[in-house]
Amino acid sequence: MAADTIYDAIVIGSGISGGWAAKELCEKGLKTIVLERGRNVVHIKDYPTMNLAPWELPHRGALSRQVLKENPLISKAAGYGEDTMHFFVKDRDHPYVQAKPFDWIRGYQVGGKSIIWGRACQRWSKHEFVAPEKLGYGMNWPITYDDVAPWYSHVEKFIGVCGNADHLEAMPDGEFLPPFDFNCAEKHLRDSLLARYGDRYVVQGRWAHLSQPKEIHLQQGRGTCQARNLCMRGCPFGGYFSSNASTLPWAAKTGNLTVRPDSVVHSIIYDQSKGKATGVRVIDAHTHAVTEYQSRIVFVNASALNTNLILLNSTSNRFPHGLGNDSGVLGKYICHHNYRTGASGRLDGFEDKYFYGKNPTECILVNFRNVGKQDADADFVGGYTTFTGGYRERGEPTQVERVGGVYKESLTKPGPWGVYMYMQGETIPRATNTVTLHPTQKDQWGIPLLVTSVGYDDNSERMIRDWLKQANDMLSAAGCKNIESHDNHQAPGLDIHEMGGARMGSDPKTSMLNKWNQLHACPNVFVTDGACMTSTGNQSPSILYMTLTARAVDHATQEMSRQNL
Amino acid sequence: MTDNGILTESNAEMITRREAVARVAALLGGVALIGGSALITGCRTEKTNGSFTPFSADEVAYLDEIADTILPTTSTPGAKAAKTGALMATMVTDSYSEEDQQTFRDGMQKLDDLSKDKNGGKSFMAATPQQRLALLKTLDKEQFDYSEQQRIDQLKKSKEFISKAVQENAPKTESQTASAITAAPPNRWFRMMKELALLGYFTSEIGCKQAQVYEEAPGSYEPCMPYTPGQKAYASHA
Repeated sequence: MAADTIYDAIVIGSGISGGWAAKELCEKGLKTIVLERGRNVVHIKDYPTMNLAPWELPHRGALSRQVLKENPLISKAAGYGEDTMHFFVKDRDHPYVQAKPFDWIRGYQVGGKSIIWGRACQRWSKHEFVAPEKLGYGMNWPITYDDVAPWYSHVEKFIGVCGNADHLEAMPDGEFLPPFDFNCAEKHLRDSLLARYGDRYVVQGRWAHLSQPKEIHLQQGRGTCQARNLCMRGCPFGGYFSSNASTLPWAAKTGNLTVRPDSVVHSIIYDQSKGKATGVRVIDAHTHAVTEYQSRIVFVNASALNTNLILLNSTSNRFPHGLGNDSGVLGKYICHHNYRTGASGRLDGFEDKYFYGKNPTECILVNFRNVGKQDADADFVGGYTTFTGGYRERGEPTQVERVGGVYKESLTKPGPWGVYMYMQGETIPRATNTVTLHPTQKDQWGIPLLVTSVGYDDNSERMIRDWLKQANDMLSAAGCKNIESHDNHQAPGLDIHEMGGARMGSDPKTSMLNKWNQLHACPNVFVTDGACMTSTGNQSPSILYMTLTARAVDHATQEMSRQNL
Repeated sequence: MTDNGILTESNAEMITRREAVARVAALLGGVALIGGSALITGCRTEKTNGSFTPFSADEVAYLDEIADTILPTTSTPGAKAAKTGALMATMVTDSYSEEDQQTFRDGMQKLDDLSKDKNGGKSFMAATPQQRLALLKTLDKEQFDYSEQQRIDQLKKSKEFISKAVQENAPKTESQTASAITAAPPNRWFRMMKELALLGYFTSEIGCKQAQVYEEAPGSYEPCMPYTPGQKAYASHA
């Protein structure tokens, strides 16, 4: 075995949680290799569209027929456009099998989907960790809010999260940089809802943006967010957090980091005589050459469903059904967030107000449903976070002529204000929502295709109905007119919040991972991406993955120094 | 701007990423026909790219004049100065389905025929600016009346959708979405031309920097500023 295949730690995946694993491991002095299946993407250098003006894009951001024809699935993804499509996979390269409709959105490159993520960073409430069991729709997490709170702080300080300290039970405060503040319509919405309901709070977005960088951010080479809202092209200012802008270069500075792009992980190698994993089997994306890397510990951060795939494909005499899968739980309890519904309306009365710059965040209407208890008037379980904002359209209303000079002039002015809302709803983890390996079909690297069988349930349908009623009442309370609502009926997956399959839990009989994100049955393997989620909560999950990763690395290194790993 | 930005229709679409395209749809009502937006209607019919003849220089010049009639030079340069015809040709060539390409091309011929009917045999290119404007106003009115009715129907459907959806025991099969307005007859081809003219002009350098205010990197977000009547709108970035 060549020396350059032996490391202290292997991290599978370089996205939002893999980057954090790399940073923390390298900082603790461990020689670490990050295996990334996609191409290399270097911060700034590999953001080809970051500074293009609209007129410099051949189709002004729209998609050509050719792109749509070749990518009917991935082109549905939020943010997919002429200016960003190079950060998403191509459909033909990465097939999978949909037993039920599921849009699996992937970004295979160094940095993964952290380049194109939504950037919302709310903390979970203490209730979300216990509500599923307490209220009878799931299982307790093996950890509580108090276990993760200091690690939330650790992550927030480093990545930079803007927001306001609002002292709300349903959405705890964090370590915040100054918020992107409300515009006039949003302020009006906040005041209207508080006046009407007393306990419904619209707060400024908690987003991974450097509204006012601190020393730690400047040390990363990152600067102030310029309010361009072109984030998903990659930011030349490092204004938002990504692995590429932040954790990976930080890890590299320690001298302990090796990143190997174009490395498709086939499986994790388990040594029965040693009773632990000894490394990872990798197929070169281009040459298909197989290399085995060795390490003392492995962090699996391949993205939720690919982590499931790798574990399922890591079979041995000891683990014939996938690594650590004594319980048979692996690949089950796949869950996601429900983004099917939204509403909007027109808001008059602020024609003398405007704004400057493009707000890269959205306001959050904090969950007010089933917070720590079952609401008497709710016919569903779980909660929902609502994202909302006020915007000003361009162009005067069309009382004037709609062709010619007067029309053109009217279009150069701002138009009416509007308010929109959309739901991010909790879903119930169910054993029947699964991913499995296809028995015969394989990808170009000889790895079995993933089969997705994930659907909505009646609880989701009832939650949608409740949200629609509440949203219409709230928009009406704010004085909105012409309120429109919809249910887009999108398939699970398009939310890009897929979770679970290797859930954490106290009992090895019903879960895959312990409270430190170690496989119960193979403790030198850690899973700290979306696959580890025991339930979905109603908050945006990425920051929890980062938090659990940092916490798990801390535990791993302690255990290594105690010679337990 | 959105956390995953999952918003798909009408006003809500304004704040998603394909902002320029969405703005056109919002201005005209309904869903734009431009590539990518077909996703929103779930309309993904794809035919093979057949024998589409590229637009000639004369055709591009003709499109320039159509666009310039819709968006003429005023206090700022018009659509022709912004080379809008070329962008329209690119979008039809690269982004439209074969069927839509044919509709668009047929529309160019129909417009010419209408011009000849109304203006004593003069083609659109030969007609005076006043004659061109009068013709397009007529076509636009037909489109607008139709779209307006669609918009009203949409709001009605949306309201019905809500009242149905919030009924306690409404079976989920009744949760029909309030569907987006689809651009449709009369004169669908004119709607296409207007959409592309708006998209092309307001994303052009002239359209961004002169007809609107373009801030490449605003530097900060000032959420609440006074608006002075006459002040121009900020251009979208993409």
